Amino acid sequence: MSAIYILWLRQVKRYVRSKPRIIASLGQPLLFLIALGFGFGPIFQRAGQGNYIQFLAPGVIAMTILFTAIFSGIELIWDRQFGFLKETLVAPVPRILVMIGRTLGGATVAMIQGVIVVAICFAAGFRITNVGALPIAILVMILVAVMFTALGTAIASVLSDFQGFQLVMNFLVMPIFFLSGALFPLTNLPKVLDVIASVDPLSYGVDGLRSALVGIAHFGIPLDLLVLSIIAAALLGTGSFLFSRIQL
Amino acid sequence: MIQVRNLVKAYGDFMAVKDISFDVDEGEIFAFLGPNGAGKTTTIKILTTLLKPTSGTVRLDGLDPTVQHNEARKRFGIVFQDPSLDDELTAYENMDFHGVLYKVPRKIRAERIESLLKLFELWDRRNDPVKQFSGGMKRRLEIARGLLHTPKIVFLDEPTLGLDPQTRNQLWTHVKKLNEEERVTVFMTTHYMEEADRVAHRIAIIDHGKIVAQGTSHQLKEQTGAETLEQAFLSLTGSTIRDEDATSVDQMRNMARMFRGRRR
Repeated sequence: MSAIYILWLRQVKRYVRSKPRIIASLGQPLLFLIALGFGFGPIFQRAGQGNYIQFLAPGVIAMTILFTAIFSGIELIWDRQFGFLKETLVAPVPRILVMIGRTLGGATVAMIQGVIVVAICFAAGFRITNVGALPIAILVMILVAVMFTALGTAIASVLSDFQGFQLVMNFLVMPIFFLSGALFPLTNLPKVLDVIASVDPLSYGVDGLRSALVGIAHFGIPLDLLVLSIIAAALLGTGSFLFSRIQL
Repeated sequence: MIQVRNLVKAYGDFMAVKDISFDVDEGEIFAFLGPNGAGKTTTIKILTTLLKPTSGTVRLDGLDPTVQHNEARKRFGIVFQDPSLDDELTAYENMDFHGVLYKVPRKIRAERIESLLKLFELWDRRNDPVKQFSGGMKRRLEIARGLLHTPKIVFLDEPTLGLDPQTRNQLWTHVKKLNEEERVTVFMTTHYMEEADRVAHRIAIIDHGKIVAQGTSHQLKEQTGAETLEQAFLSLTGSTIRDEDATSVDQMRNMARMFRGRRR
């Protein structure tokens, strides 16, 4: 337990101390909110879909968690390159605990970042319509954070340097975000897009957040929570397995 | 304390370590010398559970590190060839992190961290982030950290690489002292022959994955009819220069170095 705690603490300390990183990582959600939120707002309204900021904000929150979580997981490559990983791998601690500690640390960082973005959305005019469902929203955020930190760790366990990182960003992380329904409603989509969106795990995260915070649902909260839990568990398992096979 | 029998490590067709055997006794300082790419670091990685051997047996204090990972890991401390500190954390936090991972009880942990940081003259800088430290300070901190959980064996993989003579001298003085006072077994590698000559009780010379000679410094000199250990080393390993291909890790480090240099 103490091993998990100290690994968690390390991730959180590193995050809190890198102020430039915190500020830089808030630029993107802010840009999405302003450019898309205010830019497409009038069209969205005219199409009879209501307030776009209300619709978009849960998507932007989910996006922030997705990116921060993936990066936290991929930080493992830095640790490998700059040697710190060896220090944890020669310690008398089962690797599964190392993996869990790292993942919880990364997920916590992603959660903090997500909460900051909630505040930014609030400043942009976003209002939570159902305060009672806030615990569900938090649960969804936690699941999304854990799921993608584990995915990042799994990827970093097989990549030995940053060469493949751009590939992962463009062919995995970006599609996960853009095809998830974070930006547009999932109703009346072309068949292909519909299928892709329904296998994209982030779709369920966005939908869960949107249902809980503003009451707009596509899949519905029970299905969202079920899918997120299963995928989070599966990715944690895969990540642990790949992590345990790292040889230096 | 360390027993290696017929150890082999192959990467595909390439044999990094070819059938080596040696023993290190308790309380001994054992130096492992060899040119670049001779198989020193590979051997250390196998002894410290980071790599699995292709064949052969290894024993640390009677334990098999390839099976009894965690028991074996408690028994040794290691200073790696390249840095392994967390630059964003302070010296004290790096020590504390290590102590928690090795389950050193809180009270003993605090006492040992204090005495080790004082011994290595880092106590005054304990609350500074490691990224502000010089190469020599980082090295000292890594050695202090490696000793925190009172290991029976300490592995030092080229610990003095890139350090000035003063720091090197001080570092070996500490190592000798620890070896004499706490009876820690030391397994070291270095490129500086005079260091091995000065501190090591016994020396093994490895080249192309094979041990070509082992014994005391005196025996090696006698065996080759050389005046100094350096001459003995050269006559055993030849004078051809070995170039290792840079790995992706080295390339990354070079890039990081260039990047930092430009900002400074």
